[in-house]
Amino acid sequence: MTPRIGILALQGDFAKHLHAFSESDCEAVLVKKPEEVLECQGLVIPGGESTTIGKLCERFGVDEAIMQLHQREAPIWGTCAGMILLAKEIEGSDQWRLGLMDIAVRRNAFGRQVNSFVTDLKIDGIPDGPVRAVFIRAPYVTRVGRGVEVLATLKDKIVMVHQDNLLATAFHPELTDARRIQQYFLNMVQQ
Amino acid sequence: MTEKSTWQTKVGLAEMLRGGVIMDVTNVEQAKIGEDAGAVAVMALERVPADIRAEGGVARMADLSIIEAIMDAVTIPVMAKCRIGHFAEAQVLQAIGVDFIDESEVLTPADQNFHIWKHDFNVPFVCGCTNLAEALRRIGEGAAMIRTKGEAGSGNIVEATRHMRAVITGIEHLKGLRDDELMTEAKNIGAPFELVRQVAHEGKLPVPNFSAGGIATPADAALMMQLGAESIFVGSGIFKSEDPAERALAIVHATTYYEDPHEVAKACKGLKGAAMVGIDVASLPEEERLATRGW
Repeated sequence: MTPRIGILALQGDFAKHLHAFSESDCEAVLVKKPEEVLECQGLVIPGGESTTIGKLCERFGVDEAIMQLHQREAPIWGTCAGMILLAKEIEGSDQWRLGLMDIAVRRNAFGRQVNSFVTDLKIDGIPDGPVRAVFIRAPYVTRVGRGVEVLATLKDKIVMVHQDNLLATAFHPELTDARRIQQYFLNMVQQ
Repeated sequence: MTEKSTWQTKVGLAEMLRGGVIMDVTNVEQAKIGEDAGAVAVMALERVPADIRAEGGVARMADLSIIEAIMDAVTIPVMAKCRIGHFAEAQVLQAIGVDFIDESEVLTPADQNFHIWKHDFNVPFVCGCTNLAEALRRIGEGAAMIRTKGEAGSGNIVEATRHMRAVITGIEHLKGLRDDELMTEAKNIGAPFELVRQVAHEGKLPVPNFSAGGIATPADAALMMQLGAESIFVGSGIFKSEDPAERALAIVHATTYYEDPHEVAKACKGLKGAAMVGIDVASLPEEERLATRGW
C-alpha cells in the first residue's frame, strides 16, 4: 500500500516538503484540519515559526489529532520548528509544544538570521556520504533522554535525533535536492 | 564546506514565513500582542503607515533602540524598514542583527534612481512590487522575498488585489511564450532576461510572494491568499483597529484557513471592535500614493 504522508500546513515551508516528497513512493498531502491529520500513516511538521504553529495546533484541535496519530505509532518527523514542537523541554520557554520526544532544545541556538548557514553533515544511517544541510535560525538539542538515538552532530551540537517513531532534524532537508532523509523517514513509515 | 548567509538561507527564511501573518508594530507591547496572536514575524517601525500618511514629513528608518527592544522582547523574526536606495540604513539594520530588511516605499525614498544592491548583504531583503517586471528587477538586485505593494495605510484592499493580479497574470503570460519570444518580452517589460526565462519555465517566482498594503479584515486576508499570496503583511490594519488583539487573532485564523469560508466566517464573527477607517484610494492625489514610489 502506498502510504499517505501528511505535511502539516498550518504555517511554514510545507510547500517545499510537499515538493520534496513528490517523486517518492508515497502520497504526500497538505493537512490542516484534525480529520485530515488522522487519515495519514506518517506526518511531517515543517519548518516555520514554532510559536505560531504551536498556537494554531492548540487553537484548532490539531494537537489532539497528532497525539492520536502518535498513539497509533504513525511516524512523525519534525524539521527545525517541528523539532522544537516535538521536544519535551524548550530552554527558557513555556510555549506550547507536543512534548513527545525526550529531548531538550535551545531555540535560535546558532544565532539570528545573519548567522544562518549551509554545511556538509555526516549522518548515521544515511548512506552515500555527507548531506548538504541548511540551518536557518536553527535550534539544537541540549539533552537527550534514554531511548533517543543521536544521528548527527555539528561541532558537538546534536542536530538530528531518532526515538521510536519520532524523527527530528534541526536543519531543512526539504530545501536541498537530496532525498535521502525523506527516504529514511519513508522507511520508518513502511516498517 | 560551511557557507554563511547564502541565497539558500535567505530565500529559506522567506519560505519559513509562508502561510502566516507579519504584523507592523511600533513598540514592545504591540510586538507581544502580535506574537501572542500567532504572528510569524513582526515589522518594527516608528509609525504605522496610516500615521505616516496622516502626519506627513520624512519617514525614515525607525529608532534603533525601539527595534532592539522589540528584538529582545519576542522570539519570532524581527524585520525593519529602510528607505528605498538607503544602503547605509540597511547596513545599520544588518549590524544590529535584524532578521529581514524591507526596502520600503512606505518610507520616504532616499534615492530617486537606484534601489539597494541587496546581494552585498548577509541579511535577506523583501521589496514591494506592483507587477511582475518590478518584482523581477528587485529579485535581480537580490531581494529574497517579494510583496505586492497595495496602498499602505489606506485600509483599502483595491490596490493589493490589482498588484497581485498583475503579478499572477504576468507569470501566466510568460508561461505561454516560446523561448524565441522571451528576449523581446524581457526588453518590453524591462525585466532581467535570465529571470524572465526562469519564470517562463518554472511558472512561478523564484522567491515567495507575499501581499501587503490595505489588509484590514479577515476576509481581506482570505481574498489575498486565494489570489495567490503566500503570506500576509498587515500594517495599520491591526493596531489602527479598535481592538488589536482580537483582530490579530482573527486575521491569523483567516490566513491559516483561507480556503474554507466557514472558518473565515468564524474569524469574522469573533470581532467586536471595528476595523480601521479606510480611505477611498481613488480620492488620493497621485503624490500621496505610496505604491508609485520605486520603479
